[in-house]
Amino acid sequence: MDKIASNSMVSAYDASPDRLAAGPRGRKPRRRLSRRNIIIYGTLIVVSLYYLLPLYVMIMTSLKGMPEIRVGNIFAPPLEITFEPWVKAWAEACTGLNCDGLSRGFWNSVRITVPSTIISIAVASVNGYALANWRFKGADLFFTILIIGAFIPYQVMIYPIVIVLREMGVYGTLTGLVIVHTIFGMPILTLLFRNYFAGLPEELFKAARVDGAGFWTIYFKIMLPMSLPIFVVAMILQVTGIWNDFLFGVVFTRPEYYPMTVQLNNIVNSVQGVKEYNVNMAATILTGAVPLVVYFVSGRLFVRGIAAGAVKG
Amino acid sequence: MKLRSLAGALAATVALPFCAAHATDLEVTHWWTSGGEAAAVAELAKAFDATGNKWVDGAIAGSGGTARPIMISRITGGDPMGATQFNHGRQAEELVQAGLMRDLTDLATRENWKEIIKPSSLLDSCTIEGKIYCAPVNIHSWQWLWLSNAAFKKAGVPVPKNWDEFVAAAPALEKAGIIPLALGGQPWQAAGAFDVLMVAIAGKDVFENVFAKKDEEVAAGPEIAKVFKAADDARRLSKGSNVQDWNQATNLVITGKAGGQIMGDWAQGEFQVAGQKAGVDYTCLPGLGVNEVISTGGDAFYFPLLEDEEKSKAQEVLASALLNPKTQVAFNLKKGSLPVRADVDLAAANDCMRKGLDILAKGNVIQATDQLLSPDSQKQKEDLFSEFFANPSMTPEDAQKRFAEIIAAAD
Amino acid sequence: MTALTRGSARPNQWLRNLNAKIASIPMILTAVVIFLGGTIWTVVYSFTNSKLLPRLSFVGLDQYERLWAAPRWIISIQNLAVYGFFSLIFSLVIGFVLAALMDQKIRFENTFRTIMLYPFALSFIVTGLVWQWLLNPQFGIQSIVRSLGWTSFSFDPLYNADIVIYGILIAALWQGTGLVMCLMLAGLRGIDEDIWKAARVDGIPMWKTYVLIIIPMMRGVFITTLVIIASGIVKVYDLVVAQTSGGPGIASEVPAKYVYDYMFLAQNLGQGFAASTMMLVTVAIIIVPWAYLEFGGGRKRG
Repeated sequence: MDKIASNSMVSAYDASPDRLAAGPRGRKPRRRLSRRNIIIYGTLIVVSLYYLLPLYVMIMTSLKGMPEIRVGNIFAPPLEITFEPWVKAWAEACTGLNCDGLSRGFWNSVRITVPSTIISIAVASVNGYALANWRFKGADLFFTILIIGAFIPYQVMIYPIVIVLREMGVYGTLTGLVIVHTIFGMPILTLLFRNYFAGLPEELFKAARVDGAGFWTIYFKIMLPMSLPIFVVAMILQVTGIWNDFLFGVVFTRPEYYPMTVQLNNIVNSVQGVKEYNVNMAATILTGAVPLVVYFVSGRLFVRGIAAGAVKG
Repeated sequence: MKLRSLAGALAATVALPFCAAHATDLEVTHWWTSGGEAAAVAELAKAFDATGNKWVDGAIAGSGGTARPIMISRITGGDPMGATQFNHGRQAEELVQAGLMRDLTDLATRENWKEIIKPSSLLDSCTIEGKIYCAPVNIHSWQWLWLSNAAFKKAGVPVPKNWDEFVAAAPALEKAGIIPLALGGQPWQAAGAFDVLMVAIAGKDVFENVFAKKDEEVAAGPEIAKVFKAADDARRLSKGSNVQDWNQATNLVITGKAGGQIMGDWAQGEFQVAGQKAGVDYTCLPGLGVNEVISTGGDAFYFPLLEDEEKSKAQEVLASALLNPKTQVAFNLKKGSLPVRADVDLAAANDCMRKGLDILAKGNVIQATDQLLSPDSQKQKEDLFSEFFANPSMTPEDAQKRFAEIIAAAD
Repeated sequence: MTALTRGSARPNQWLRNLNAKIASIPMILTAVVIFLGGTIWTVVYSFTNSKLLPRLSFVGLDQYERLWAAPRWIISIQNLAVYGFFSLIFSLVIGFVLAALMDQKIRFENTFRTIMLYPFALSFIVTGLVWQWLLNPQFGIQSIVRSLGWTSFSFDPLYNADIVIYGILIAALWQGTGLVMCLMLAGLRGIDEDIWKAARVDGIPMWKTYVLIIIPMMRGVFITTLVIIASGIVKVYDLVVAQTSGGPGIASEVPAKYVYDYMFLAQNLGQGFAASTMMLVTVAIIIVPWAYLEFGGGRKRG
């Protein structure tokens, strides 16, 4: 059953790769206001409210002044819109003696996220390709260990990794942090890439082998051009994960490389008397802005990519 | 202002002429990020910058819990900072034993720390195998009850003068819609409050028997049972605080939403930032007004061993600047703590600080639990008391039994 | 190259597939040095009395005895079990139902999908902070409902020890179900239209088609989803710290937090390692047989 199912799925892909883009299937919608439609849209709208409520509260709060927050209702729109909290979160909020807000960490986050994302994806895609197409003895064992590794809490690994990085002489450097992100991104990414490459038609690979193409030639000339969707998925997952990381950013680097999340933590956790919720919320939205933009821009490709990569186990 | 920093610079150049020529950047990590704390640390930075070097601030918010692992990882990972704050006592013991920290004995002898640092237990906590490894910067005592005068006025009862009066006044506060006792949710606050109750109710000797001698019989005995009874009262009075951070709890007192808070003298910095005056807007009762004894824990700076010659010199300059009388006064006034040297003039000290200084001068002091217990035992204690204070169904008897077990296992 | 891969000559055994082996070096190093090595290292040191720094002075099972006698550890385990169970069930059910709704040729699919997925872009720290606020009885949902007239309405999960773990669950589901929905939606899109047609011709009701035919066909998606959800459950830490710091009291403690607190706050590495070893053992008992069947055991591609 299983075999047949997955085979039929593969053939479905081969037959019409564009079908994924063609959108939903299911029964054709009937009349506009049928009972069925009311149930579907009703449920989706209610659920959407649950998802949107926190964002709404965050935005509204970030536009209020502190006096209004103290007396007011958190769901009410601001009576008087102020951008003060945004300015403060970005450029003025203090941690200890440094009063330059989140702006300090923004470029650091970029400097960490870009190389970490590129390198971790490059490594994982080649791994996945080797696992899917060039199986060698023991590969499954290593892969199994890798997947189990996905379940190890990061905190447990801090000590061993401090030791490894120290022995490599890269502790406290950007290189060290990139290595750490590559390591912890590897399990899930390798799983995705392995599944994706395994799902590509085998005939392509065989034909290339017959033509005498080797490991790297096939990877760069055949596999890579066909893998845009899964690369988008990997990129989204990595950008989100690395951008949002706090623990590694603070443990494995020094202050000149501290990412934005460290400043966010500092702003949120250093309380000067009363918690400035409006500044906290503005800082929160600013920190989340980059992954959010990535999602809004490439959300469509995300589902397509997952459809292609994660379907087959 | 200008004159003072000039004088500071002058003093430093005279004291240590050999390093005035180079400006060296020294990264200093600490977890002082609340309003009063940040203002205080700025004084330290100013004093160090005045020596011609540069203080690179490495503040990590979220109290010691977030910051310490990062500091320790960096020191053991071979990428140490120039200097770092710890609560002195046993937190850095092993880093010293592993040879990762700078020995400050020469500087200490040259500047005669043994004579000037009072009480001497502070320096003892920095001393491991006869060598000195840290520079204490302040004395923090835990044993204070902070009361909001406005809250008691609103409830129509006089401001209490001791713990018993406070407990008696609680119903009036509750009737006025005021939480009698503010207590934040962070575990160390609950554990600290219990230690304070212990000194106040059972006295100095019992405290020392339990925490210094680790006598489990005393810990399981009737004296401590009384303390647990009082803690049970405190638990009842603190219901409804619903805040996490200590300074949010302090803020409840500042705004009159809560009657009082058991918290260390660092709370004073928050009152100051809020523009309140001791004796007028708020009242402080050392030893809960029962037993005027204060503990002398505090903060200290440790200096990791660095290879860079210049930075190593700058470390000594920093250590010396921290203990400079002027720095001590400026820093401690902002921080709400007491200076580590008895020979400085604290003319600007307010009511509460004076009370503290008097008690210190009388020698009514105990060591802080941070100095007496390992962080491990401290953490177990925190787990116990945060559970006790949050869970009304846990009886004082059960809690005492577990407390005695922790003391029995402590090293 | 082709001659090599045929692999007939013995001396070439190691050179066979050489490029693939070279390409797998990062994975092998990560698996062996970091995950396996780190695990062994952790297990070994869990039998020592290491404090701040790792030291090889063995104390037998002392750390484990203390661990299982600690009320906080027991509560952590219970919380993880409750959180894990409900998180898994709700994530899968909500994710699947939403995906099925989204797959009904609806309008504004992109909008709905973006709305459901965006929380995943936010970190747990942020998620925890926002929900801590929404669930705060003084100005969150409770106070709003009360101000509308239901003055006895009570909803303060983060301050009630009995239900605090569900308060954390609400935030976790908010953050994670969007991704699950996307995974499921992707799976549904991978199912052949003909299957639906056949089911309709046979007159099988829609819900039955889903349960009996579609879900079994989506095995791959369910496995990927399961790995992602389950690994997130075991690791849950930031969310708890941001929302409750384990409170009230120790009512919302989780194992990962116990590990972290004892390793770094209590400076008792041995205790922290003993706790993490217990976590690893539990994970291994559940995962290894399954992972072996799934990824090992010579299952061929396709």
